[in-house]
Amino acid sequence: MSDGDLGTPFRQRAGSAMKDAFLQEALTIATTKFIGLRREAFEGFPEGEALRDRARAIKEATLQRLDHHLETLVGNVERLGGQVHYAATSEEARSIVVDIARRTGARMAVKSKSMATEEIHLNEALERAGITPVETDLGEYIIQLAHERPSHIIAPAIHKTKGQVADLFRRELKRPVEADPEVLTRIARGELREKFLQADLGITGANFAVADTGTVVLVTNEGNGRMVTSLPRVHVAVMGIEKVVPSFTDLMVFLAILAKSATGQKLSVYTSLVRGPRRAGELEGPEEFHLVLLDNGRIAQLGGPLREALYCLRCGACLNVCPVYRQIGGHAYGYTYPGPIGILLTAMLEGPRSVKDLAHASSLCGACADACPVRIDIPRMLIELRREVDDKKIAPWRERVVFKLLALVLARPGLYRLAARAGRLLQRPFAREGTIRGLPFFLDEWTRTRDLPVVARRTFQERWASEKGFTR
Amino acid sequence: MTGRRRASLMVTCLGDLFFPEVGVSIVRVLQRLGVAVDVPPGQTCCGLPLFNSGYHTEAAAVAGRTVSLFADSDHVVVPSGSCAWMLKHEYPGLLSDAGLGRPAEQVAARTYEFSQFLVSVLGVTEFTSAVPGRVTYHDSCHLLRGLHESRSPRTLLENLRGTELVDLPGADECCGFGGSFAVRLPEVSSQILAKKLANVEATGAGCLVACDAGCLLQMGGGLRRRNSRVRALHLAELLDGVPR
Repeated sequence: MSDGDLGTPFRQRAGSAMKDAFLQEALTIATTKFIGLRREAFEGFPEGEALRDRARAIKEATLQRLDHHLETLVGNVERLGGQVHYAATSEEARSIVVDIARRTGARMAVKSKSMATEEIHLNEALERAGITPVETDLGEYIIQLAHERPSHIIAPAIHKTKGQVADLFRRELKRPVEADPEVLTRIARGELREKFLQADLGITGANFAVADTGTVVLVTNEGNGRMVTSLPRVHVAVMGIEKVVPSFTDLMVFLAILAKSATGQKLSVYTSLVRGPRRAGELEGPEEFHLVLLDNGRIAQLGGPLREALYCLRCGACLNVCPVYRQIGGHAYGYTYPGPIGILLTAMLEGPRSVKDLAHASSLCGACADACPVRIDIPRMLIELRREVDDKKIAPWRERVVFKLLALVLARPGLYRLAARAGRLLQRPFAREGTIRGLPFFLDEWTRTRDLPVVARRTFQERWASEKGFTR
Repeated sequence: MTGRRRASLMVTCLGDLFFPEVGVSIVRVLQRLGVAVDVPPGQTCCGLPLFNSGYHTEAAAVAGRTVSLFADSDHVVVPSGSCAWMLKHEYPGLLSDAGLGRPAEQVAARTYEFSQFLVSVLGVTEFTSAVPGRVTYHDSCHLLRGLHESRSPRTLLENLRGTELVDLPGADECCGFGGSFAVRLPEVSSQILAKKLANVEATGAGCLVACDAGCLLQMGGGLRRRNSRVRALHLAELLDGVPR
């Protein structure tokens, strides 16, 4: 989905998503599967809970001294012969990467899956500069062919059924294709093999960067990350500054819970550790290695209300369990990062105005916080965002009036009793046998799909006042 | 123990206005167990709807009133997990600016969701069902993930004479209520509900039990709209049977 679709209100985007039968089928199958796999992975791993606490503590402590850890990381990457760039905004990050590509004469760039490069809209910038970006993660490859954006943090093509992917391959690659995942994967593999060999530039994100060794860590399942970092002449890794971890001991804690939370695997198939460019005597690896440290609103939240969102490992577990995400999928959110954590990250990157509606795209059921490997209190921060949206008067005035009136009534028992009486009077034309099936104005938002019980003939407190204790 | 146990019922806005019979059942159940029940007058709402929508100054005013209403209560018994959560976990922080943090903490420490009060405080788990037959149980989000309580209601239902408790697939998944969420995004809320109710009907239970008036408003409203034979009831309404 392009940002142009943001012209449609969120509620309508969500509504269209729920009318898309293919999307509904794909979402139900995929999220149900992910939920089961994650549950099984942790059930067979009793030390998991303690490791989650430990991981959270490491994130807390690391962000407390982020400047120190970043300095260590930069020093070590440079010592290994790598070059480090700092990007305050996504615009700066884009031009850093494009400049590297131009300077090294790159014509084609292969990419392994990276949300950071999605965040900065890197592919469009490369295309404008005449450099062809090729996504090599299968899911990313699919959505690049379809000219779409990822709809899930770890499963970018989660919104597509295998039948749809086969149709897409038939159309784009102009050959007959069976709707069989194995066949589809083999075709993509054949197509991509050529690109790996042709590409001058390899672009990745970073799941972690270990400060005291200068190691960039990539967690993948397809091995494409390893190809991207070893075949092209130049490797550029783009990472959010919060991805730094102090040491390998810390890294092990995260690796023990990341894949379990994401896909239910004990470990991902590949964990690639990249340390600078190829050194004398080494057989493979790029001639140049660049690390782009991306701020883009993160530093401002180190002391802000969204600080905890910086603990995020991008595992996607909160999306899979979110009842809202499971109905509407990722595109309806309208921004790079979907789901519960996505709302927080969107607020961080785009400001509170961007989440005026999204902040309410949650029943606050808490399943996200429960699934989060580092126990980010997402519901709490959604409430904080709602507060900011109200305080800054970004919320519509009608809504603010309704809540101020409600507050007035709830703080005054006399008014509350009056409101109960008024409700009883006003509901009369709509009530049949103790239930209401249709109401005017915004109240119909409830009654269109659900009955509403009538305000009781006598409220509990009215009964208590007259009867004082109830016997049968 | 010495003396009679005393408990104050915080009936909650939804309980007061829409489900008075739940409050009546709670009072009867507790009185039968020898608990002296009182209902401090002038109750309105715990303020959770205001709090969750971000109106924290307004929520604090409501919370401050509630704390003073229950300042002298030995125990505060609440029929809804979400309201109990609000008192226990949000009140102290919400009221600390107004200098009411301490009293709020004291009330919080004495506040119990209804099933927890029966099992943890009174230590009673044997009841006779007022609604015999097959029942199933939905975990309310705030009770389950906020108060970490999934056992007490099930223990009570498992031991309930006259009923058979069957598992609800996806019992721990939200019913789609979420307060104002249900009317801000009614289509999403209703689709979540539809999936929940399909699971409920597949159990063959005649009664869907929950410990939160919000969930009962949502699920009960959905069941009635479908003309379902399944009734949504609060746990207290089942426990309110008289032994023969």
